Parts: sequence; C-alpha cells; structure tokens
Amino acid sequence: MPDLTKTETADAPDQAAEVTAAEPRNGAGAVGKPRSLWGDAWRDLRRRPLFIIGSLLIVLMLVVAAWPGLFTSADPGSGDLANHFLQSPNLTHFFQPDWFGYDGQGRSIYARVVYGTRNSLLVGFGVTITITLFGGLMGMLAGYFGGFWDSLISRLTDVFFGIPFLLGAMVVLNSVDQITVPVVIGALAFLGWTQITRVMRGAVITNKHADYVTAARALGAGTKRILLKHILPNAMAPVIVIATIALGTYIVAESTLAYLGLGLNGISWGSDINDATQNIRNNPHVLFFPAGMLSLTVLAFIMLGDAVREALDPKLR
Amino acid sequence: MTSMEIKTGSAPSSRSGGDDSGALLDVRDLHVEFHTRDGVVKAVNGVNYNVSSGETLAVLGESGSGKSVTAQAIMGIVDMPPGKIPQGEILFRGQDMLKMSNEERRKIRGSKIAMIFQDALSSLNPVLSVGYQLGEMFRVHEGMSRKQAKAKAVELMERVKIPAAKDRVNDFPHQFSGGMRQRIMIAMALALEPDLIIADEPTTALDVTVQAQVMDLLAELQQEYNMGLILITHDLGVVADVADKIAVMYAGRIVETAPVHELYKRPAHPYTRGLLDSIPRLDQKGQELYAIKGLPPNLLHVPSGCPFNPRCPKAQDICRTEVPPLVPVTEQDGTDLPGRGSACHFWEETIHG
Amino acid sequence: MAELNKAEAAEPADETPNVSEVDAVDAATETEAVAAIEASVERGEPILQVRNLVKHFPLTQGILFKRQIGAVKAVDGISFDLHQGETLGIVGESGCGKSTVAKLLMMLEQATAGEIFYKGQDITKLSGRALKAVRRNIQMVFQDPYTSLNPRMTVGDIIGEPFEIHPEAAPKGSRRQKVQDLLDVVGLNPEYINRYPHQFSGGQRQRIGIARGLALNPEIIICDEPVSALDVSVQAQVINLMEKLQDEFNLSYLFIAHDLSIVRHISDRVGVMYLGKMAEIGSDQSIYDHPTHPYTQALLSAVPVPDPEAREGRERIILTGDVPSPANPPSGCRFRTRCWKAQDKCAQEEPLLAVPERFKSSDSPVAHESACHFAEEKDVVHAA
Repeated sequence: MPDLTKTETADAPDQAAEVTAAEPRNGAGAVGKPRSLWGDAWRDLRRRPLFIIGSLLIVLMLVVAAWPGLFTSADPGSGDLANHFLQSPNLTHFFQPDWFGYDGQGRSIYARVVYGTRNSLLVGFGVTITITLFGGLMGMLAGYFGGFWDSLISRLTDVFFGIPFLLGAMVVLNSVDQITVPVVIGALAFLGWTQITRVMRGAVITNKHADYVTAARALGAGTKRILLKHILPNAMAPVIVIATIALGTYIVAESTLAYLGLGLNGISWGSDINDATQNIRNNPHVLFFPAGMLSLTVLAFIMLGDAVREALDPKLR
Repeated sequence: MTSMEIKTGSAPSSRSGGDDSGALLDVRDLHVEFHTRDGVVKAVNGVNYNVSSGETLAVLGESGSGKSVTAQAIMGIVDMPPGKIPQGEILFRGQDMLKMSNEERRKIRGSKIAMIFQDALSSLNPVLSVGYQLGEMFRVHEGMSRKQAKAKAVELMERVKIPAAKDRVNDFPHQFSGGMRQRIMIAMALALEPDLIIADEPTTALDVTVQAQVMDLLAELQQEYNMGLILITHDLGVVADVADKIAVMYAGRIVETAPVHELYKRPAHPYTRGLLDSIPRLDQKGQELYAIKGLPPNLLHVPSGCPFNPRCPKAQDICRTEVPPLVPVTEQDGTDLPGRGSACHFWEETIHG
Repeated sequence: MAELNKAEAAEPADETPNVSEVDAVDAATETEAVAAIEASVERGEPILQVRNLVKHFPLTQGILFKRQIGAVKAVDGISFDLHQGETLGIVGESGCGKSTVAKLLMMLEQATAGEIFYKGQDITKLSGRALKAVRRNIQMVFQDPYTSLNPRMTVGDIIGEPFEIHPEAAPKGSRRQKVQDLLDVVGLNPEYINRYPHQFSGGQRQRIGIARGLALNPEIIICDEPVSALDVSVQAQVINLMEKLQDEFNLSYLFIAHDLSIVRHISDRVGVMYLGKMAEIGSDQSIYDHPTHPYTQALLSAVPVPDPEAREGRERIILTGDVPSPANPPSGCRFRTRCWKAQDKCAQEEPLLAVPERFKSSDSPVAHESACHFAEEKDVVHAA
C-alpha cells in the first residue's frame, strides 16, 4: 500500500479528503503512484517462489541453449567407443565431460544434454509463438466478428480437435524428406493452433460486451482501435497462461516424436531417450539425464504458467 | 469456523445466565476483522444491538459500513480465515452462539434464525426445482417423506402469495420473475417458522412496484408469526416504511440508534443528518442537494478518532483524537429519550442546535 | 474548447447555490413556475426529436437455419423532444426499454423503425464519416463506473481517447493539457492523469466517466442510471456535479433512471415508460404533482419515502403481479393487466399518448400527455 498523497493534494482540500479516504474493497487503497494491472501482477509475481524458481530455470536453459560451449568443452557428436563405452556418471566431476557418464557410442551425456537444449527450446518457443500469433488472430476474428466467421473458424477448430495430435504430427513428418526445426515447428503448430483460438475466442467474446467497449463504440472508435486498445489487452491474460504451459508440452511432443523415430536431424533429448531405451536395464543413467532435463524444463514452464495465472486472475486478488 | 470458540474465550458461565432484557437476539461488543494481503480490514468494531420478538430493527449503512458482515457473523457464515472474530458475544435467547459447538449452532441456524439475501437468483440452486428446494428443509430437519415435503412446499408458496402455486411447484428458479424469486426466498426462510429473520437488502434488486409488494408481505408474515426481523439496507426510504428502530452504521461502528420516527425528525449524528439531507425529495423540487464531502472510509486505515471526522462539517480537534462512544441522547432538559444514542462528541448541538 | 478554461476558474461543486431551479412549490406560484419552465425550455427547435422509435430484437430458433419465431418489443414506438440546456428524465421499471432507448440514441443499436432527428437531420440513416461527426455531439455516461472504464488504460488515456478518435477536436500538443483541464472540471486532481481506474473509488470513477463524456464538448449527454451504482452519500456529489456542468456548458441531458426522487430533482421534464411505450410525459410538476396515468400513480405511490410521517398520510397503490413479457405484450393498453381501472375498452383499443380531452382546456400542469383512456388526476406524492 503506497503512502497517501497528502502533500500532493494539499492545495486542493476537496480532493485531499477524497484521497485520504480511499476505496476499502479492492485493496488498491489510496490513489498513490500509478499502478497498472500488469504492474500489479508483476509485483505480485516477484514474490512468488514458484515464479522465481521457474523463471530462474528457464533463464538458465536459455543461456545453455544460446551458448552451449560455455558449459562444456566436450564434443557431443563424436564418441570414443574404446575408452568411454557406457561409462557410469561421476557425479562429483562438475561440468566435466564424464559428469553424467557416457552413452553406448562413447559420447559425453553431459555434452549431449547441453547441446540438445537448443533444439528443444527452439521447437517449444517456435511452436508457441506461431500458435499464439495465428491462433490468437483466428480467435480474435471468430470472437469479435461472430456470425459467419465464427461458425467457419469454430468448425475448423472442431475438425482439428478431432485429429489425434501425435498421430497427425507423425503423418506430417513422415511425408517430408528432412526433419528440420522449422518443419517440426510447422507440423506441431499446424495441429496445435486451435487450443489458443478457443481460449482467445472466449476471452474476446467476454470483453466484447464490456461497458468500456460500448463506451469506445459510442465515441465512434473503429474496429482496429477497439480490438487493439480495448479488447486485446484485456483478453491477453488467459492466452499468456495457456501459452506458457503449452510451451512445455510442445517440448515434450518434440521429444516424443524423436522417440518414435521422427526426431530432428541433430542432437535432441528425444532422440537420446530413444537411443537410451536399448540399454535401459543395465545402464539407466543414459536415459535418466536427458529425460530428467526434459521433465525439469517442462516443470519450469508449468510452474511459471501457474504463477502467472494466479497473479493475473483478478478473482484471487 | 472453529476459531470462533477459541477466540472469544470468556467465562462460559454467561451461557446459562438468562438475559433480563428479554431480547431475542443480543449482539454485544462484536468485532470482526479480515486478514488480507494489504493488512487487517476491521469490518466491525464493537457493535451492540438487540432485537425482540415481533420487533423490526433496521441496520442502515453504506457499502463498507459493516452492516452485512455483522449479519454474517450472526449467521456464522463469515469465511474464516480470512475472517476472525476477536471479541464479542452474540446472545440468542441468552445463549452465546460464538461459544456453541458447530452442531448446536447449525441447529439454531435455519430452524431458529433464517436469512434472506439480496440476490435471490444466485441463492437458489438453478438445477433443482423450487418445490424440491423448499421441501428440502422439511426432509432434512423434520424427516418428512418426499410427498409430504412437496405438499408443504405448495403450502409455503401459497403463504407467500405465489399465484398457481400447485402448478409452479416443479418449475425451476429461472422460470420465475425477480419478485417471485424473492418470495420463494422468503418462503424458504419461513419454512421452519424461525424466531428471527435477517434480511440483507431484500428488495434492492427489485423494481419499486414489486419492492412494495415484497416488503408488505414480509411485514405481514412477521406480524403473523411474531418474529424478530433485522432489515439490513442502505435505503432510507425502505427503512422508514417498516422499521421500529434503526441503527445507523459507519466504518464498522454504530453511530446512532433511534426509534424510527425520532431519527428522521431529529438526527443526533452529523452522518445521519448528512444522509437525510443528501437525498432528493419526491414531493417537491429542491435546491442543490447537500452532499457529504469525501469518500467512505478505507477500512484498512480507519481515520483516528471519530471515523467520520474527515467528512464531518462539525469536526473539531477532539474528533481527530478521541473515538466518541455511543452515549444516550436526552432532551435539552435532561429528560430521557428511550432507545436513542449517538456516537458524536457534539450530539447535543446536532440534535438541539 | 474555450468553455473549459472558463470552468477551470469556477468553484468546486459544493458552495455555489443553484438559483435557477424552481424552489418552493405551493399552489399559488405553481402556474407561474410552470410558465417559467416552459419559457426556459422552449427556445426554438428542439435539439433532438425522436419520432415513433421502434426496436424489436428478433427471437430465433434453430441452429443452422435460423428462423424468426417472434420478437422482443423492447421499444415500441416512442416519441419525445429534447431541448437545448434541458434535462429530460426517463423513468420506468426494468425491462421497460429505457436503456434500449439510450443505446438507440447513441446509435449503438440500429433502430427497427422510426427517426431520431438531431438538429433536423435523421441520424438513423447516417453512417461512416457523417455518423462520426454526429457522435461528437451526443455522448454518454454509463451506469457502472467499474466496468465502463478500460482497466488497462490510464485515466489520461481514457479521457484522451475521444481526441484520438476525433483528432480534429484538439491538436496533438494540447491534448494532455485538455485532459488535465477536464479532470479539474469534474473535481479530480489533474495529477491523477497517469493513474489507473482501479486506484479510484466508485464516485471518482464516475467523475472520470463524466470527464470522458465531456471531452468532445458535446451538446447532449445521455446518462443511463449514472448514480444508481454509487453510495448514497456519493450520489449527491455526482448529481451536483452534473447540474453544475449543465449550467456551465449548456448541456442537454437525457437522464435515464429508476430512482424517481433523483429524476425529479434533476429533470425539467419527465417521461414514464412502461413495456416499450411512453405512458405519460410532461413537466416535473405535471408528472409528480398531477399524474394522470394510473401506472405513474402506482409507481409514485410505491416509492419508499424517507419520512415516516409523510408516509402515513399517503395513499399507497400496490400493483399486483409482474410486468408482462415484452415478447408478448398485452393487447390494447399494455398496463391493463395490472391496472385497477381496466375495462373492455382497454383490451381492445390502444390509448394514444396525447393530452386527455377533459384536461385540454385546463392551463394547469394537469394538461399534459398521458396514454390512458381513463386519465384522471390523483396526487399520490403529497400527504393528505
């Protein structure tokens, strides 16, 4: 609660009275410093352990993805079968190539986990950004214009909801020659955009009938202004939450596809998990580290999403 | 809910002590606070009032005055946490409800004290028929059969003058108009013939012509059953119609008590006077309205001294430092004015000046 | 926007007593007072003329092939005039169509039939640029100060938005100053310009809403229940502010409310609506002191008056039943199902809104338009 702005209003006694006696209900208190809803949410977020842990983990992952060379000197691609075949981890050898042990081809698991981060995050962020933009746009069109557009887009989302996600992705990826990052992003986004569309559509419809939108229309505001200035900022909150949590699930989806043999050309946690299953009985560590990293990343995004939802939900304030 | 018993730890002997005032319900020095992220909201700060059988007490106040929270504390429906009742007594027929076990309190609630809410639509279950919901009371509390309960429900609906009750008993809440739904709420409250009804803004959501019907019905039933009625409202007009006595609340305190006629004729607190002056009249066109300046108080930061002092035209230094107690109000020559009290340092000037 | 500068110098609402209103009303001065009102009201052409305005909301059935099965007759042929500087109050119960009238006048809904003339021009036929130009002159104040302000915009952006939509109203450089002037006019600290709506209380928010309505210097402000969501002690502040602004800017108000006392206080003329029709319309004295329509009489007699003694002397008419559905209104007179005077004629013949024959020769306020076959005067407001 910011202090009351008595000095500020001393010259206007009428208003000073209004300021000192502030609103009891919403806890906003006196009209102190400017406090936007986003700002309030941010202040609230900063105090949540879930948010702090989640975002620290994500920042760490991002740094690892951007500069993997900073974390390991080992080459993830080449292995030494003679010396390092399925060696157990040496958990005290921090940041050393043998920290997590070696896999069946004598490659450093630590290095592979580090270098695999980039592709996983690229796919996760790529898909999420694409579906947020495209799915959000579709949801906005359906929600705002209603009628024909709504029927069309809603039926389309129904169709996509009918397609089993992984099966669909497998079919798409099977039909291409080379599985690259953009291809995986495209395939997952193609099948996943409807999730955001539905959320956005609902949020837009709720806000479309709000009094402040009516007020803007009464002023003569055009569609563009109403959508961008009034509806979008108020409809964003649920989309952000869903997108954050979805990001983790798309990383999982990429790994699942890789496990099923439709992995990226390159290093990825999923294909390592796939490889590891061959020796899982005798050498579980080969599976444990890439799978552990995957879970940790997904967990980080889910924690972040949960924290954001609680901070943005006005009912919990 | 268990925190109730613990927090009020005073001698249990008061339970047996039959109250000499004969009041049906006696609220004594009740405090309710809510612990929120921004601090402690002191919603009720030492409220005293009582109501007898057949009597109507109106509790008048604006939003945030604590009028509804007091009623919720009586009904035992304050959410705890974040709510807390640090001190006070709620005596029902001389027994402190705050010291009762949950089971005892539950028995009183519903069968002895009933509540009517403002929003009848959200207080009724939308997926159950009205007849089922009315009959539920009899099935649960009196163990009647389904058929008996339904017959009872029809009887109750006739009681509250719902036309064609027999045909409508199986209808769902949304099929009734606002006024009819409020009648159903009243029927539900009446089901077990309680001794006391608490009505929280019962007609605020209704149109004026329907409002009059519902208030009349309530008054009629109250007489018939000789019930006590606590009417919680912000509307000075509704109060004038039905109340016997009035308690005006501001910032969680009672600032004035008076029999209904007295209050309107000679208010003894500047807040009451301000409220009366600030409402336009129906029977003549007035000049500019008197407006109480400022805003209702922030319950996180109730002003020191008299909570009304920042808005009061009579405020002096003493008002900013000392909380005025609710003192008996007398005539200029010292003659008693029964039932009248004012929590103002300058009540004498306010009423006589 | 020269007026704004004038307003800046003016005092806050509290002190200046308002002398323009008709004060004490007793029988002797009554006709005089009416004449005064009429003189002040009837200066030339009305600024807004509403003629036979109709709004039906279609009721449809079916999912793929929607077919109309009926219509909710929210507004069913109402007419009235609004003059410069005048306040016309519209009262009625929920569902009578008064809020739909506001939406139609704001062109937020397309009228099914009828005309709305603003300075002689039918605005129901306008669109695009021409409509936008008219909008500058007709603004609105909303009921709920909590939902009518965008929670993610600052107060400055909210009040400044009219200038962004109508850039010709104020050059870019002067807008911030204009917004601060407006805050000052409605009694808020101009330094609050960067605050957000949730930092204000209900009464302060409604002032922000009023400032937004004033920004484009409109001639007409439509107020849809502007104080009903506010605490009693704050209502008077906002009403006083609105009256002050009316005098300052020579505004015309269409004041829609269900609170009859407040409507009497602020209005020069009052229209009573029932089920999409105007039941009675006239000067505030005509309606409140000499009502001739039974619905108006019932409505007035039902108002709880904060004076137990006056209450006891008053006659009370308690209507039976509820308002019928506007999708299926009664034939003839719509009020007949709840009216104690209803006869066969009322079911067959719809009464027209006109000065009743028997009062036509009278020059007292009782001679005003009333849509009842059996109109007769009955004072229900004053104690017997």
